[in-house]
Amino acid sequence: MKKIETAKVISQEEISSGIFSLWLENETVAGSAAAGQFVNLYCNNAGRLLPRPISLCEIDREKGRIRLVYRVQGKGTEEFSALKAGDTVKVLGPNGNGFPLDEAAGKLLYLVSGGIGIPPMLQTAKDAASAGTVSVMGYRNADIFLANDFAAHAKCVISTDDGSFGIQGNAAYALAQTAETMMPEIIFACGPKVLLAAVKKYAQENGIPCYLSMEERMACGVGACLACVCESAEVDGHTHVKNKRVCKEGPVFEAGEIVL
Amino acid sequence: MNLSVDIAGVTLKNPVMTASGTFGSGMEYADFVDLSALGAVVTKGVADVPWPGNPTPRVAETYGGMLNAIGLQNPGIDVFLERDLPFLNQFDTKVIVNVCGHSEEEYLRVVERLADAPVDMLEINISCPNVKAGGITFGTDPVATERITREVKKRAAQPVIMKLTPNVTDITVAARAAENGGADAISLINTLTGMKIDVKTRSFVLANKTGGLSGPAIKPVAVRMVYQCAQAVQIPIIGLGGITTAEDALEFILAGATAVAVGTANFFNPRATVEIIDGIADYLQQNRIEDIRSLIGAVR
Ligand SMILES: Cc1cc2nc3c(=O)[nH]c(=O)nc-3n(C[C@H](O)[C@H](O)[C@H](O)COP(=O)(O)OP(=O)(O)OC[C@H]3O[C@@H](n4cnc5c(N)ncnc54)[C@H](O)[C@@H]3O)c2cc1C
Ligand SMILES: Cc1cc2nc3c(=O)[nH]c(=O)nc-3n(C[C@H](O)[C@H](O)[C@H](O)COP(=O)(O)O)c2cc1C
Ligand code: FES
Repeated sequence: MKKIETAKVISQEEISSGIFSLWLENETVAGSAAAGQFVNLYCNNAGRLLPRPISLCEIDREKGRIRLVYRVQGKGTEEFSALKAGDTVKVLGPNGNGFPLDEAAGKLLYLVSGGIGIPPMLQTAKDAASAGTVSVMGYRNADIFLANDFAAHAKCVISTDDGSFGIQGNAAYALAQTAETMMPEIIFACGPKVLLAAVKKYAQENGIPCYLSMEERMACGVGACLACVCESAEVDGHTHVKNKRVCKEGPVFEAGEIVL
Repeated sequence: MNLSVDIAGVTLKNPVMTASGTFGSGMEYADFVDLSALGAVVTKGVADVPWPGNPTPRVAETYGGMLNAIGLQNPGIDVFLERDLPFLNQFDTKVIVNVCGHSEEEYLRVVERLADAPVDMLEINISCPNVKAGGITFGTDPVATERITREVKKRAAQPVIMKLTPNVTDITVAARAAENGGADAISLINTLTGMKIDVKTRSFVLANKTGGLSGPAIKPVAVRMVYQCAQAVQIPIIGLGGITTAEDALEFILAGATAVAVGTANFFNPRATVEIIDGIADYLQQNRIEDIRSLIGAVR
C-alpha cells in the first residue's frame, strides 16, 4: 500500500534570492520517480493542512534522493526553507505522469521554461535520449538560478524580462528567436500560463508536437477531490466532462488537449 | 469487543465511513487503505447527468481548515453505475451513494436509477453551498426539506440519509423536518459557507468567491450540532466535520452520533480512516468497554 513517506533532509541552500534547493532522501519516492512528476510536501504546522505540490528537479535513483527547487511563496514554503540537514519532512509521491521522454527520442528537443517552471526541466534534460536538447530559460532579471546545472545536458538559452541578461523578453520570445536557426522537432514547456499559451501558439503555427506542464491549486493531490482540474478540449475519459485532473492525468498534457 | 453499529437495518462493521466528495468513489484511496476495513464508503455526489463543476481556483487553505467550491463536478449516474459502483462492490464494505440535483426531479431521477443497484444506502445532499440552484435551497427551508425527503422516500429502494447544512439558525428544525418526511437517518454537518480574500491581489481566492469551510476548524460547531440534533430526533445521526483522530470521532459518538465520517483529513493523511478505526478499538480496550454502542449519546 502507498503511504506518506518520511524523507530525510540531506542538504538545503538558498541558490538565489528566495529560491531554495533541497535534497531529500527516501528510496521509495526516488526509486520510481520520473522527470516532470511532482511530490506533495506536508507542513509541520498543523494549521496548514494541505500538501504543497513541488516538481522533481533532479532524481538520484542510486542514492534514493530527490532534489526540489522552489520559491518561497507563502507560509508553507517559508516553513520548508528552514529545514536543515538531518531534519525530516513528510512527502508523498511521485505523483502525476511526467514528460513523455519516448516522444523526444532521436528528435531535437526544446525545453522552454520560465521562473519556477525551470526546475523540472533539469531532470528532463538529463533523461532525454534526444538528438540534441535546447533549454530556453526565462527569468525576471539577472538573478538567474540553475542555469549552470543545465550546461552539461543541453544547449542553454537565457532570457530576462528586463533584458539585464541574455535575450530581452520571455522564454516564448527566446524560443522563437532561437528556432529561426535551429527548428525544434518537439517542445516541452513549464511555467506561467501566459508563457504556456504563447508556446502552444508557436508550436501549433509551426506544426511542432508540444507538451505543457500545468499548475493548479490542489487539495488531495491524488485524484479524488477534483480541485485541480484544467479545461480540456474534449470530454475527458475519467471525469466525463471537459476538464482533466492536473494531479492525475497531468501535470503534463499534450498542448492540443488543453484550453488555455 | 463490538465495533459494529446499525443504521436503518444496515449493519456497518465499524462506525467509520468516508465523507462525500473527499474520497471520490474510493478508487484513488484504495492505493492507501483497504476499503474492506471501512464501515462504509460514501461516494462523491452523483447527479442524473455529468456536471462540469465550478471554475478554478476551487480550493483555498485557511488556518486549520480549507474552503472548497468544487461545484459538485461528477460524471453522472450512467458512468457511476457502469464504472464506479462495480469497483466499490468488490470490497467488503457498505456503499452509500450521495445524490445531488438542481431540482426535485433531478434528485428523483438518480434515486430511481439506483433502485435496483447494489447499493446499501442513499445520502441526499440538500446542503451543498457551492451550486446556484438546488442543493442548499432544499436544506435551508424546513418545508422544502420535509417535502423532498418524502418524495425521495416514496421512490427509494434503500434507506435514506438526509445530509443537513449548518448554514441555518437552528439545525434541529431541519433535523425534525427530515424526520417528519420519513428519513431513516440524518448526516451532519456539510460545510460552513466562507470566504477568503487575497490582500496582495485584492481579489477573491476562489473563482466562486465563496466556498465551504471544512476540516479541524469546524469540529466544535459540528459536535455541538450533532448533540443538539440527538436531543431533537429519534433517527440515527452520522456525525462529521473536522474529524482527524479517533478522539475526534469518539467526541461525535458521545455527543449522539451512531456513526462518523472522515473528510478533509483524508487530504493530509490518506490513512486517516483506518487509523481512526484502530484508535477507537484501542480506546474501547483501554477503557474496558465491550460495545461501542454503549457510547452513543452517552454524554448528556
Ligand atoms: C504540479 C505543480 C508543481 C509545482 N512545482 C513547483 C516547483 O518545482 N517549485 C516551486 O517553487 N513551486 C512549484 N509549484 C508551486 C507551489 O506548489 C506553490 O508555490 C506552493 O504550494 C505555495 O505554498 P505556500 O504555502 O508557500 O503558499 P501559500 O500561498 O501560503 O499557500 C496557500 C495554499 O495555496 C496553495 N498554492 C499557492 N500557490 C500555489 C501554486 N502556484 N500552485 C499550486 N498551489 C498553490 C498551497 O499549496 C497552499 O495549499 C508547483 C505547483 C504545482 C501544481
Ligand atoms: C473537496 C470537498 C468536496 C465535497 N463534496 C461533497 C459532495 O459532493 N457532497 C456532499 O454531500 N458533501 C460534500 N462535501 C462535504 C463533506 O462531505 C463534509 O460534509 C464536510 O467537508 C465536513 O467534513 P470534514 O471537515 O471532515 O471534511 C465536500 C467537502 C470537500 C472538502
Ligand atoms: S488535487 Fe484532488 S483531484 Fe487533484
